[in-house]
Amino acid sequence: MQKRVLLTFTAAAAVAGLLGLGAANAQDTVKISVVGPRTGVMASGAAVTHWPGFKLWAHEINARGGLKLKAGQKKVELIEYDDRSMPGETIKAVERLAAQDKVDFIMPVYGTGYNLAVAPIFAKYGYPQVTQAAVTDQIDALTKRYPTLFFVQGSTTSFATSAINVLKNLKDEGKIGNRVAVVNVADAFGIELANAGRPLFKQAGFEIVYDKSYPLGTQDYAPVIKAAKAANPDAFVAWSYPPDTFGLLEQAKIEGLNVKAYYSAVAVAFPAFLGKYGKAAENVLGAGGIQDSPAIRDYYKRHKEVTGVDADYWGSPIYYSFLQVLQQAFEGVGSMDRKAITAYLKKNKFKTIIGEIDIRNQRLDKYWTVGQWQDGFFHAVAGVGFSEYKPVKLKTGW
Amino acid sequence: MTGGEKRNLIISVLVFLVAALLPLVNNGYWLSIGVSVAMYTVLATSWTLFSGPTNYIALSTAAFFGIGMYIVAAFLDWAPYPVLVLIAGIVGALFAAVIGLATLRIAGVYFVIFTLGLAELVRQIVAWMQHVMGTSSGLYVLISMTDPILYWLLLGLSAIVFLVGWWIGRSRLGFALRIIGNDEVVAEHSGISTARAKVVLFIISSAFASLTGALVAPRWSYVEPTIAFSPFLSFQVVIMALLGGVHRLWGPLLGVIPFTLLWELISANFPAQTTLLLGVAFLLIVYFIPHGVIGLIEDMIRHRHGMLGSVVSTLQRWKSGNA
Amino acid sequence: MDIIIIGLLLGGTYALMAMGLQLQYGVARIMNLANGEILVCGAFGAIWFFTASKMSPIYALIFVVPIAFVVNWAIYQVMMLPLVKRAKNQGQLEVDSILATFGLSFIFIGILLAVFGGEFLTYSYLATPFLIFGEPYALNRIAAFLGSVALCAGLYVWLHWTRAGLTLRAIAVNPAAAGLVSINVPRASALAFALGGAVTAAGGVLLSMFLTFDASLGVIFTLKALVIVIMGGVSDVRGAILAAFILGLTETAVATLVDPGLTLAAAYVLFIAILLVRPEGLFGRRST
Repeated sequence: MQKRVLLTFTAAAAVAGLLGLGAANAQDTVKISVVGPRTGVMASGAAVTHWPGFKLWAHEINARGGLKLKAGQKKVELIEYDDRSMPGETIKAVERLAAQDKVDFIMPVYGTGYNLAVAPIFAKYGYPQVTQAAVTDQIDALTKRYPTLFFVQGSTTSFATSAINVLKNLKDEGKIGNRVAVVNVADAFGIELANAGRPLFKQAGFEIVYDKSYPLGTQDYAPVIKAAKAANPDAFVAWSYPPDTFGLLEQAKIEGLNVKAYYSAVAVAFPAFLGKYGKAAENVLGAGGIQDSPAIRDYYKRHKEVTGVDADYWGSPIYYSFLQVLQQAFEGVGSMDRKAITAYLKKNKFKTIIGEIDIRNQRLDKYWTVGQWQDGFFHAVAGVGFSEYKPVKLKTGW
Repeated sequence: MTGGEKRNLIISVLVFLVAALLPLVNNGYWLSIGVSVAMYTVLATSWTLFSGPTNYIALSTAAFFGIGMYIVAAFLDWAPYPVLVLIAGIVGALFAAVIGLATLRIAGVYFVIFTLGLAELVRQIVAWMQHVMGTSSGLYVLISMTDPILYWLLLGLSAIVFLVGWWIGRSRLGFALRIIGNDEVVAEHSGISTARAKVVLFIISSAFASLTGALVAPRWSYVEPTIAFSPFLSFQVVIMALLGGVHRLWGPLLGVIPFTLLWELISANFPAQTTLLLGVAFLLIVYFIPHGVIGLIEDMIRHRHGMLGSVVSTLQRWKSGNA
Repeated sequence: MDIIIIGLLLGGTYALMAMGLQLQYGVARIMNLANGEILVCGAFGAIWFFTASKMSPIYALIFVVPIAFVVNWAIYQVMMLPLVKRAKNQGQLEVDSILATFGLSFIFIGILLAVFGGEFLTYSYLATPFLIFGEPYALNRIAAFLGSVALCAGLYVWLHWTRAGLTLRAIAVNPAAAGLVSINVPRASALAFALGGAVTAAGGVLLSMFLTFDASLGVIFTLKALVIVIMGGVSDVRGAILAAFILGLTETAVATLVDPGLTLAAAYVLFIAILLVRPEGLFGRRST
């Protein structure tokens, strides 16, 4: 009996002891911390995009001997913390890392709201925050307020605009009619996209024949798809989130919603999407997309080899590209001096797997917004700032 | 006011003054913990105002917290922030009044799940309205709210909660509530308007949750339904309060502080297994501190054996119950 | 017609989520907040089985159900029984079991994360249209519905026609009195708890055919199940089944006739309205 109590207390003491230790051999490595959701509503997306990206990057740097800094080559030590999808926890974790643990670098967190919640802390301690997973229409106001904040995913409106432009081009070429059915998930990003999209559809000369939201966590999409089908649309657009992207498409297949253009926002770019639907995924449009190149193909191969999971076709390569950017900034500065790194990001251009990158203006002005599954690859068919995109194909049945 | 009460009051004021110095001492990590502690102190203590004496477990904290957040987010373009905070409190109170009156007949586990369903309902309606009204407003709260200011505001709010709680304890209302908690039927027979007492308390308790939401909104900057109405918040508040002890005004505080620190310790030291260990820590607490931290302390005082001894005696009781 | 069929299919889905919890709460009096995680475990088991063997995920029931039964039985014996024994009254047990199973749900999530990772897990099985009155419906949903009906019927028959079932019903009505007539309440409660867990896990297997899962998703199922069980009245499995179908039909009707954005809102309005009219749920009895 007493033994068990003692054991409990020994364990507690060990836990307490760990608090003080840990900072021992900080000399030969660079400590880089990652905060993000392992559990909670954001966890499944982060498991595809957030965590594996850092893992691959750190693995590759260490495999070639470490970061080349002025003080010699230093290996990267990644420490990952779970914020449980709660902004309060994200705030505490980042503050602890910056103020208490004084880590060499803190990576951006996962999700728009979470990144905004910790932006003041990054700014206070001068860590550059290159948000790979934040999409907002407030880029101007936010970058002005936080000089350390960078956006590389574009604005919400640009996502809606591009998707609608893709449809408009098809319409203008006479390939589809002007009837569009629009649904959206009643949660932050879905609401923002739907509200941004509504006037744009009208400007583009579309008739919105169905326009409804559905709640996050809906378990049956039959009523939505049936009603959308009954409205007899030429194109179907869903401003959707991960679980519903799957549910909607499954139902569309069953109902035989044979539109010539099928767009669903988040998660079409996920490898699980292709895995689940195979041939049916062909020509489905979605948010994200990547321009095919040998460098990209090689990246996907390495990602699978090192992390054991497939990278997605939206966030993953962007994560990796901006980790390449940071790496060049670290090595360009030659130390982990946060202020110098921020300044370096604002002065230089960088070479990455997705081409040359310029975030001197605290934002990326070239990015892809719409992708389409063609032959097992989610090609970019629209975007902002590029001159050429893969031509869009029409969806021909399931 | 008796001598004892005067002494308690002086101690409380001193504690608050010392707590208020935190931002001057540390403006970083410990302040962020302080913000968290202050927030949960308001929520858990105000939760206890209603649920402690009545034994009605309400899982509606997130509903009112979310309402507070959304009022700030939705109307920031039309009214100054301090006014919105007040409005948030008032709307929370009005909403609680309606709910309180409607739910008088519901008790026990039915009440628990009812309040949980309520939070979900509010979240659904808010999300749907955002779609129908067709604006992106109600998402961003881009006004400056630094950690020290938020901390002081929350600390001030918790002082108000304690004052209200102290006042209720002295008033007829508090007396009525204690009788309801012991036996609702007896209370009714002794001419106590159980309905009125319960509703008033529910209103007070809920209004504080809305105020907290309104205060925290600028710090979180981005308000989305899943975050604002997270059922997890409701559970965490209940758990902290129960862990501390709900039969004393300062009981929840004794839950909030160790709980926040323990969870912080786990998240900081076991990044890979945070959730699993939180669960384990949680179970240990439930099994070995059955009457809350207050129970543990009172046990210690009564039996004059140290903390280890109390845990041992709890263990023995548990073991003998198991055999 | 469409509304009725889709509503019934959805109701069957909901019944799968809620029946197990009903048994656990109705008989064993444990408000199991880890219910959704057990369901996710069942679903992950089926997904793992399907991906590994390419055989029908329904075969996964063969190993998922017994494992879930044993695990839940052990959970009851090791974790819940001490709480039952130390609780002075029903209220105390409710609080303790809510706290303990809340912690338990974290442990489950932690284990699922460690074993399966945090990604979405999903697969395609029977995702083909099946025509009823000329309208297409998803075959996997129909299969799950049939499974749900079979489970409901099986449970009902077992509860009403066997001695063990009678025992369980007696405890559901009045545990103290059941003890007096020489029913072994702890044993029967353990049985009910284990059986409830097994039913929930079986539900997970069936639902995995058309829902997408990740390790953190359990709470959604827990919430739904809680609402259904409470709406039906905690002491009668028929209440939960009825409530599940009412919810399914209501949600579908609202989605089709009013606005899909209000489906869940309508479900909660209905839940609240029913409690306001019948504070002890549809099949509840007022205890005094």
